[in-house]
Amino acid sequence: MISAESVPNPPDLGLSMVPSLALVLAIGVLFTTGVYLLLERSLTRVLIGFVLVGNGANLLLLVAGGRAGGAPIVGLTATERMSDPLVQAMILTAIVITLGITAFVLAMAYRSWQLHGHDEVQDDLEDRRIARIAAENAPVYDDTDASDASTLDDEASTVRDDTSELGSGDRRRHDDGGRA
Amino acid sequence: MSYGVQTLVPLPVLLPLFAAGLALALYRFPRAQRVISVVTLALVLAASVGLLIGADSGPVVVDVGGWAAPVGIDLVADRLSALMLVVSSTMLLAVLLYSLGQGIADDADDSVESIPVAIYHPTYLVLAAGVSNAFLSGDLFNLYVGFEVLLAASYVLLTLGGTGERIRAGSIYVVVGLVSSVIFLAAIALTYAAAGTVNLAQLSQRLPEIDPDVRLGIQLMLLLAFGIKAAIFPLSAWLPDSYPTAPAPVTAVFAGLLTKVGVYAIIRTQTLLFPDGRVDDVLMVLALLTMVVGILGAVAQNDIKRLLSFTLVSHIGFMLFGISLASEAGMSAAIFYVVHHITVQTTLFLVVGLVERRGGSTSLDRLGGLAKVAPGLAILFFVPAMNLAGIPPLSGFLGKVGLLEAGVTEGGALVWVLVVGSVLTSLLTLYAIVKAWNKAFWQAPPEDLPEVTMPATMVGPAAGLVVFGVALTVAAGPLYAYTDRAASTLMDGRSYVEAVFPGGAERGQGQSDKVGDTAKVQDDDPAPASPTAVPSSDATTGGTP
Repeated sequence: MISAESVPNPPDLGLSMVPSLALVLAIGVLFTTGVYLLLERSLTRVLIGFVLVGNGANLLLLVAGGRAGGAPIVGLTATERMSDPLVQAMILTAIVITLGITAFVLAMAYRSWQLHGHDEVQDDLEDRRIARIAAENAPVYDDTDASDASTLDDEASTVRDDTSELGSGDRRRHDDGGRA
Repeated sequence: MSYGVQTLVPLPVLLPLFAAGLALALYRFPRAQRVISVVTLALVLAASVGLLIGADSGPVVVDVGGWAAPVGIDLVADRLSALMLVVSSTMLLAVLLYSLGQGIADDADDSVESIPVAIYHPTYLVLAAGVSNAFLSGDLFNLYVGFEVLLAASYVLLTLGGTGERIRAGSIYVVVGLVSSVIFLAAIALTYAAAGTVNLAQLSQRLPEIDPDVRLGIQLMLLLAFGIKAAIFPLSAWLPDSYPTAPAPVTAVFAGLLTKVGVYAIIRTQTLLFPDGRVDDVLMVLALLTMVVGILGAVAQNDIKRLLSFTLVSHIGFMLFGISLASEAGMSAAIFYVVHHITVQTTLFLVVGLVERRGGSTSLDRLGGLAKVAPGLAILFFVPAMNLAGIPPLSGFLGKVGLLEAGVTEGGALVWVLVVGSVLTSLLTLYAIVKAWNKAFWQAPPEDLPEVTMPATMVGPAAGLVVFGVALTVAAGPLYAYTDRAASTLMDGRSYVEAVFPGGAERGQGQSDKVGDTAKVQDDDPAPASPTAVPSSDATTGGTP
């Protein structure tokens, strides 16, 4: 082996490009759970999902850097035994960015809770308006196949929409929150 | 490529960042903040113009921190980057002046400046730095950082004041932004795993050597990330939901710049990294869908801001059309169209801000009669609106003619479908714009139209941008010549690589070179059995190629 001859007393670093199965599995689990949470409506869950996926991406970068090795300092580690420092620099940058964005989303979720008492991502008003127009125009077609058809308007009404009731009730809750 | 030009390259990134820190420290002194912002962005504009001239004789490269390209990070200003910088800094300055005018006119009560602390100026400057960094980056990861900087700033600007409506729109925008960032990051990780570098010039040399299927995967992931940012259908649904709720100047600068940064990233990666054009047909289909679906959305709208947001999505399709042709003429027309569209879209959103002020609403049901009560405003709206719809002789028409010409020259069934689709989209744009014009300016005015005086400090920058848009038409000849040269540099790609690696230094610089050499020496050594030497040399070169 090359390294055995060039470096005295080499520690077993697993000099192979095959990434650790544990890391690959961890990346898979982080991405799956993260994507699942990203699909939720609550901002807090979305945020946790983002943090999970972000960490999955960071691990992916780590794996992309190849095998593990010694500290990449000239004079301390033989060149061929060094680990790749570039991916670690990139991961650190990504972690800092994730930290900043996480703080911002948390603030936004808190503000949403202050205003509405929950932190759900809401429907767009125009989408609902267009859904209503579509529902009003629906009787033009006589759809005999769908006997138990519920109109789009019915469906729309089951979705929580707080923008239309941004009135006294929510405002009061906001004030209570402020006092508490 | 003199020393003088090189010193200009980092300025569009550094100046706004330093100024942002200074403005944040001076949060108690709004007047000082205003002076800092205006002076900084004016300097950035001057530096960009210098770069525009300097880059015309070859890409200008700066190794940040004194480390040469593959080891260090470099900033590259070629013709495309410089042109984008000039247009974006012009827009940033004009929108800043407009928002200052709004702040002064409103006595800082209801303006973007006063909410909730003096955060507007620092954030706006950080946004400028992020946009410049994305345009100048010669490194995939630095491009990611640029994107993150501008996205983080845009999150703050979109939710200024934290009203219920803006938090609602901001939630959608932020979540979509997060997803695209993570996809981009994962794509960078895969690129690094496959090619062992994130330097764009080095990638353009190495990517042709890796497995074509892996390359296709990386290309598609990058396209997905940039496609979300550029609002390409079907990744465009977030845009019309989130943009209209922001304050008028913020919407204007977002509409003008942010999606175009995504388009720029697509142009850069498609031409430099993936010149084999394997996804061109996919891009053509996406361009067609973006154009048609976007404009059909615009036709259905009842609110000017939302209508303009949908036309924004729709016209991204035109730029994608030019990119997907993968010819010099197509690329040149696409770049021209980007310049035109940044200008006209920013102008229209600023003018709609004035319309909202005068008419008290942006809903077409509640507006009316503005042509009679505010004829000046009507002209300010009419010129860029016709420009957007592509009425000759304005720059929108010239950009579309260029695209159609490039498409007809290219030929092919799909291209002809696209040509027809883009003509149809132009007509529908005209329909949507005329509908807005009829309702807002010509229908009977509502009875309770308030008497509002338009502050000259707001009208001035908006009028300036209208004039700038017309100037683009007048200067279309030289501008087209410049975009032609930019496109030929892009389609060739060699001058970019040569500028980053002067003297033909290519793969294997720095530490990775030594590793490769060691492995080779060991291979040549007859003593060790080759079966052991081969896997370990693979390991070392693969680990840090």
